[in-house]
Amino acid sequence: MTSQPAPATASVSVTTEQLSLGYGSSVIVDQVTTSLPAGRITAIVGPNGCGKSTLLRGLARLLPPQHGRVHLDGTELTTMPPRTLARTLGLLPQQPIAPDGITVADLVGRGRHPHQRWFRQWSADDEQAVAAAMAATGVDQLAESPIDELSGGQRQRVWIALALAQDPDVMLLDEPTTFLDLAHQIDVLDLLASLNRRLGRTIVLVLHDLNMASRYAHHLVAMREGRLVTSGPPSEVVTPEVVRDVFGVEATVITDPVAGTPLVLPHRSVDTEADR
Amino acid sequence: MSSLVRRGPTPDMLLLDPRGVPVSFRLSRSAVLLTVVAAMAAVAVATASLTLGVYPISVSDAIGIVGGGGSLIERDVVLGDRLPRALTGLGVGAAFALSGAILQRIAANPLVSPDVIGINSGAAMGALTVLLVVGGGGLQLVTGALAGALLAAVMIVLIAYRRGLHGFRLVLVGIGVAAMLSSAISYLLTRSDIHRAMSAAAWLTGSLANRSSLHVTIIALALAVTVPALVVGSRHLRLLELGDDLTRTLTGAGQGRKVALLLLAVVLAAMATAAAGPIGFVALVAPQITRRLLAERQVGLAPSAAVGALLVVGADLAGRLIFAPSEMPVGVLTAILGAPALLYLLARAHRIGAAG
Repeated sequence: MTSQPAPATASVSVTTEQLSLGYGSSVIVDQVTTSLPAGRITAIVGPNGCGKSTLLRGLARLLPPQHGRVHLDGTELTTMPPRTLARTLGLLPQQPIAPDGITVADLVGRGRHPHQRWFRQWSADDEQAVAAAMAATGVDQLAESPIDELSGGQRQRVWIALALAQDPDVMLLDEPTTFLDLAHQIDVLDLLASLNRRLGRTIVLVLHDLNMASRYAHHLVAMREGRLVTSGPPSEVVTPEVVRDVFGVEATVITDPVAGTPLVLPHRSVDTEADR
Repeated sequence: MSSLVRRGPTPDMLLLDPRGVPVSFRLSRSAVLLTVVAAMAAVAVATASLTLGVYPISVSDAIGIVGGGGSLIERDVVLGDRLPRALTGLGVGAAFALSGAILQRIAANPLVSPDVIGINSGAAMGALTVLLVVGGGGLQLVTGALAGALLAAVMIVLIAYRRGLHGFRLVLVGIGVAAMLSSAISYLLTRSDIHRAMSAAAWLTGSLANRSSLHVTIIALALAVTVPALVVGSRHLRLLELGDDLTRTLTGAGQGRKVALLLLAVVLAAMATAAAGPIGFVALVAPQITRRLLAERQVGLAPSAAVGALLVVGADLAGRLIFAPSEMPVGVLTAILGAPALLYLLARAHRIGAAG
């Protein structure tokens, strides 16, 4: 599946089989079967409350399946030993908590946890990995700055650096651009695209913006009301019919003159609830 | 060998990495300094407390007595009274401070401690039930305190648990449980006869008077069991303040470690309460003082323990000397010393707008 010349880590694919997720008896993700390509960027898209973030939590083993399975390269997620899982999957939560006054280097360093032991709490490898992660995300100059003093875009880079220091094969990001302005959104997505290109990591992110998703992701997963509507490359997935079905919006889809990817021009929302 | 100790990634950090051994640690210089200074001060105060009092003894005599010399009355004063008192004070201070430091990290909230969330009240409730209802002391008291503290902790966890154990809920539920238990304690006191109620009330303040080797054993045992577990488990505390989701992805595990650390904090607070009564404010304030003094944010268990030990032996000695020939229970003094510190921290937490 990979097209990277020399990936630094083994590319790992993520597949789900009839996966249902929820809390208690409520079902939020309903029988989703899909395959996210190894070494590629996958964006999960859909309207608010469609189960995007819940699906991501299920992929991260933060939520046990009510039904079905998740596989990482053929290994079932629930059977993975904790340390192996922590070295395979990295997560950037939607609103991560930065402890007061923590410095960039300290925070990024905490991503090394799965590579450390109680008797080996900090090694030269850890130091190198942290330095490399900060350099790759362009926050190395900020190493000694407290997180509270950074801009939203810089802060998001630091969280991505933490996930990089963890050195996982698969990085899961829950709406990494939601609270950023346009310049910072592009900044973060460019960073992820370059990490994906250079390191061959599988990246799965939840995104609101269908145009951004089309531009940056190799693979889209479109969801509505907890169910998978369709998945595939943006050029196949993003059609006027899918945009209407998934987002309830009448739209024209043209080809982005810059990136060559589909571009959605919305006309009006279709009140699907009233139709019923 | 120059690679044994190197400067770490930040100026405050030292990297201990002996060649050829898969063991390496990162130490904060300010934390090492604070631990050493506070521990030395605590030992100095404890040594001074052997010599000072109604029956003064010189330092060299005191050391000679501990080494096996001295007259019968001197041996009784030092070995029978002052030494167990000093040792219990050191151990209890360290145990309360460790318990507070752990809980503050688990809850990611600096205003949490075993006395605030009802662990101490649970232990006190259990111990008082033994003292007032069942009758007994020593081992029964320890059992009662442990059972009471565990009961309080289980109640807090069961009520607070909702899709995981979250700091804020833990605190709110803990405060509720603490209030419930203190009214239960008041009920116990009003139901018992005035004489026993008086001595129970004195015990409830927390006191180091009349300690014996039993109390030293209780607290030494507690530390001997929990400290090795903390050496292995404390690195998880660094993750807990990043929130549940990141903690779980970085460990790959569920909430087991959080519960294990919570249990350690409960055992430390319960055993300390069994040994000296529910001495207030130490668990809350010692980790906070440590936090303010250290250059970087870190778990700081060792410096907290040293500061807690210093706080308790210092408060106990002050309580003995200032009010001589009578004395003030150590719990009163830690509250008098601790309350202004708490108010300062509350004002500060409000000013910086977040709970660091």
